[in-house]
Amino acid sequence: MTAFLNQCFSGLAMGGIFAILALSLVMIYQATALLNFAQGEMAMASTYLAWLLIQHGVPYWLAFILTVILSFGAGVLIERVIIRRFARAPVLTVVIVFIALVFIIDSVVGWIFGYQLQEFPSPFPNHNWFNNPLVSSHQSGILLVTLVVMSAVWAFFRFTPLGLAMRAAAQNPASSRLVGIRVGWMLALGWGLAASIGAIAGMLAAPLVYLDPSMMSSLLLYGFAGAVLGGINNPWGAVLGGLIVGVSVNLVGAYLVGTQLQLLVALTMIIAVLLFRPSGLFGHTIVTRV
Amino acid sequence: MSTVAEIKADTVSRPKPNYGRALAFGLALVAGLILAFSSSGYHLFQYAQVLVYMIALIGLNLLTGFNGSISLGHGAFFAIGGYGAAILMVHFGVPWGLTLPIMALICFIAGFGFGLPALRLEGLYLALATFALAVTMPGILNFKRFDAYTGGTSGLQVDKPQVPFHLPLNQDQWLFLCCLAATMLMLFIAQNLVAGRVGRAMVALRDHPVAAQTMGVNSAMVKASCFGVSALYAGVAGALDAGLVGFVAPDSYSLFLSLSLLVGMVVGGLGSLWGMLAGAIFIEFVPNLADSFSGMFGESAKALPGAVNGLFLIGLMLLAPHGIAGAAQRIVTFLRGLMMTSSTAAPLELPAIRVGNQPVDENHRTTQGS
Repeated sequence: MTAFLNQCFSGLAMGGIFAILALSLVMIYQATALLNFAQGEMAMASTYLAWLLIQHGVPYWLAFILTVILSFGAGVLIERVIIRRFARAPVLTVVIVFIALVFIIDSVVGWIFGYQLQEFPSPFPNHNWFNNPLVSSHQSGILLVTLVVMSAVWAFFRFTPLGLAMRAAAQNPASSRLVGIRVGWMLALGWGLAASIGAIAGMLAAPLVYLDPSMMSSLLLYGFAGAVLGGINNPWGAVLGGLIVGVSVNLVGAYLVGTQLQLLVALTMIIAVLLFRPSGLFGHTIVTRV
Repeated sequence: MSTVAEIKADTVSRPKPNYGRALAFGLALVAGLILAFSSSGYHLFQYAQVLVYMIALIGLNLLTGFNGSISLGHGAFFAIGGYGAAILMVHFGVPWGLTLPIMALICFIAGFGFGLPALRLEGLYLALATFALAVTMPGILNFKRFDAYTGGTSGLQVDKPQVPFHLPLNQDQWLFLCCLAATMLMLFIAQNLVAGRVGRAMVALRDHPVAAQTMGVNSAMVKASCFGVSALYAGVAGALDAGLVGFVAPDSYSLFLSLSLLVGMVVGGLGSLWGMLAGAIFIEFVPNLADSFSGMFGESAKALPGAVNGLFLIGLMLLAPHGIAGAAQRIVTFLRGLMMTSSTAAPLELPAIRVGNQPVDENHRTTQGS
């Protein structure tokens, strides 16, 4: 029983990382109706940035905050410099550009930091909190951070004028422009937010999977699975989807098929959801006029 | 010089024997033979690898360039072809040549099976599903319970096919010539497929799905078959590759292979079959940059191929969306335009290379959330 609960909690913790990653994917999807295949690479680059800061003696949480801020800038920059040029291009072109970003970010990071595995510190203590036998402090820390990120994003969109403007720009660009919202900048802000949130996911994941340029490729798939399961246009759904994916993948991996086929679980989930309930568990259906 | 009316009449009446095409194949054959008898072993191996990639790229291009569906996961079908052929050769003693049709059939079924549900998904979601397939593949090949057949992480060693009938060739030449023959056959089939009824249905579905369906094109069937054929090409390429390299392992079929195929197709030119030769040369030789520049940059040179890939993709999307073939065609059209009056030059611009030109999700974006 303890082993089972252990599996559940470690699944939940991984699920927290998937949830944050899913949230960042939803940010970009909401702003631009695109699936960002480079999100994992962006998060990985941010994590290297945090690692560099920590190596230079910056305290963990300061490095954390600096990374989030710098990632925001980088995300805005990517949208302004590259993605904007393809705003009216066919889907195929945009996907190719994302793949190009994957290649470029990967090689820039590889060029600067090399390809060997690096250890990444966890900010949480080594012993379990309150001496509980089930959850390590890093795992509970992940869940805590997930909650904080989720609440912050919710509050931002619910209570700030900027959040309102971003929602408006995503839902109805033409009318938003008429009331004076700068839609182009809202898209860039969406990318910046996504990059920041992705950076948090990367920094939480790195102590568990070690830091190397390919660390995010499978995590990104789980993030996608979470986002699709919860509904790619619903932030809360995506968070819940990420948690569900984390727990189910962990349980199926531990008790049914072994860890090697965990990705297959994610693949099956993605295809099944897209086929049978394309809007996800909590998303709303999109009507297309032809 | 023909007039507009004559050119139009040509396309409507029965096609004449296509001398241009015969000439192109003849030249390719001669060039291949010259290479086979003038190059050293390792170079021949690389050229054969180029041909293998060309087959896979032709398959991918049938799907993306002509049918407008995105696949980020063709490495997975390449892997099925490679592993299938290796397992057949090692465990069942099937000769290399015979594994090709078998793996072609299996990959067609696999592709059709994956395509039938997945192609109901639109653009981005299909990209996502195939991306997931590519990421998942190495894990499946690694799966412990298949170890007896797949050899687990260490992979499978395959005996390279020997030269039959005491032909006066060495092994490299024989393998290269086999790949050459296979490539020309597959190219020939692809050209015929594209020129015929099925090809027109594929292009119609790409350019205007609603109109195509109204005209009686069975969208699901055509798209899934196209995915199947495309997977078949990747599978044949994989099976050829297994014999050529003499080794299969999960690591050779990572996401990187799938993405490289995408790069090759874009570089060669969407919707161009001969252009895939250029794309194949690109993906065969760009990874060598890491070795050639390791003297100058040391360990960091490993980052070079990725950077070149990425910059080429973005640059091509900005400047020449139809790749090398498209650029070549533009130059030809431009030169012809110089020689003729503009009115006769216009119809010679081939129409078939505009890919997925329907406006992206414009409706989607505006109706989202309303």
